[in-house]
Amino acid sequence: KQTRSQFYLALTLSSALRQMVMKVYGDGMSACVARVLLCLHEKETEFELVPVDLFACHHKLPSFLSMNPFGQVPVLQDEDLTLFESRAITAYIAEKHKDKGTDLTRHADKEAAIVKLWSEVESHHFNPAISAVIHQLIVVPLQGKTPDAAIVEENLEKLGKVLDVYEEKLGKTKYLAGDSYTLADLHHVPYTYYFMKTGHAGLVNDRPNVKAWWEDLCSRPAFLKVSPGLTVAPATN
Amino acid sequence: MAGIKVFGHPASTATRRVLIALHEKDLDFELVHVELKDGEHKKEPFLSRNPFGKVPAFEDGDFKLFESRAITQYIAHEYADKGNQLLSPGSKNMAILAMGMEIEAHEFDSVASKLGWEQIFKNFFGLTTDQAVVKEEEVKLGKVLDNYEARLGESKYLASDHFTLVDLHHIPVIQYLLGTPTKKLFEERPHVSAWVADITSRPSSQKILL
Repeated sequence: KQTRSQFYLALTLSSALRQMVMKVYGDGMSACVARVLLCLHEKETEFELVPVDLFACHHKLPSFLSMNPFGQVPVLQDEDLTLFESRAITAYIAEKHKDKGTDLTRHADKEAAIVKLWSEVESHHFNPAISAVIHQLIVVPLQGKTPDAAIVEENLEKLGKVLDVYEEKLGKTKYLAGDSYTLADLHHVPYTYYFMKTGHAGLVNDRPNVKAWWEDLCSRPAFLKVSPGLTVAPATN
Repeated sequence: MAGIKVFGHPASTATRRVLIALHEKDLDFELVHVELKDGEHKKEPFLSRNPFGKVPAFEDGDFKLFESRAITQYIAHEYADKGNQLLSPGSKNMAILAMGMEIEAHEFDSVASKLGWEQIFKNFFGLTTDQAVVKEEEVKLGKVLDNYEARLGESKYLASDHFTLVDLHHIPVIQYLLGTPTKKLFEERPHVSAWVADITSRPSSQKILL
């Protein structure tokens, strides 16, 4: 009788603990999901990854749309809070757990503003160009179509200009927002990882400061935990 | 004391985003005109302020920034006790705000800006509006506004029951689109229509119009 009640107590406790753990809906191969996973590992935070089958379009089902009406992964659930948009999720996790793991956001207003500045740069300058290239070289072939070389070319040029700015900045500071790793660097990682597998890695490797920065980002323990999930292979060219 | 300076153009939506925030906070500032038609933003000394060559750039004493949404967030935090509250207290409320700002930046602005470019700014350069693009982008904007319509049925503003940075970030582009046929997309959705009327009639929104 005692063993049974202990059993039920253990079951209740473990169920309660499972409910307290943050849930991330998505698949580790999605760059935007990986962004969130990197943040969770940097903050040494427990979480549960709930798979969403993108190939079966589960992210377009009503049950998913009720969490994110834009039908995109990742989605985060933390008790009664449901969040989407990967960069809002990383900001929330970094703030909630600001006292443990890596300091990803900095606390003083002016320093935090510089982190936000370079996060905006990633969001508005870097991401549109690199994600357009990745879309053509990875997603489009998966849909059975041929990459548009003109789009790739145009966006490689834009990306090159952004990386020229980074090359100069990273000659002055070790990371984009200063001398410590922050969300501003982290947000770049998943798409850059995929990009480096295409035939265009030279854009990074030919810029010594950018190359050194990238190699540093890849050596982080959080990256080593997340990169095995980034499994999609691009067409090489 | 050097004070606050905004380096930008009074017609630029990104510059206006920052100016509205400064007015909401009742802050004194100087708008230093950057002549876009002369390419001033692509040359020194402007490039030292923003290596990406876009307005606005910003200074508060010797603290320098660029990217309009980083600037508005700095203003909202640094001057939290002045003027109108633009943030929401508590980490969950701030997360909802962050999410709203991301939606504006990634879902709304990319589409709305294209519509502004096609229908208004192209004309300044003597180029013709591409109606096919307008039609395509209006379909996308309609879907975003459907989401907003649902959201605004639940709360008065996008992230809260009070006006925040999330609503503010939308104002400059919406003001331009109200001068185009695209305004029908706002008008045909009652909650969105009421919200648009509300945010564009704020004193700070009126102050930045030429």
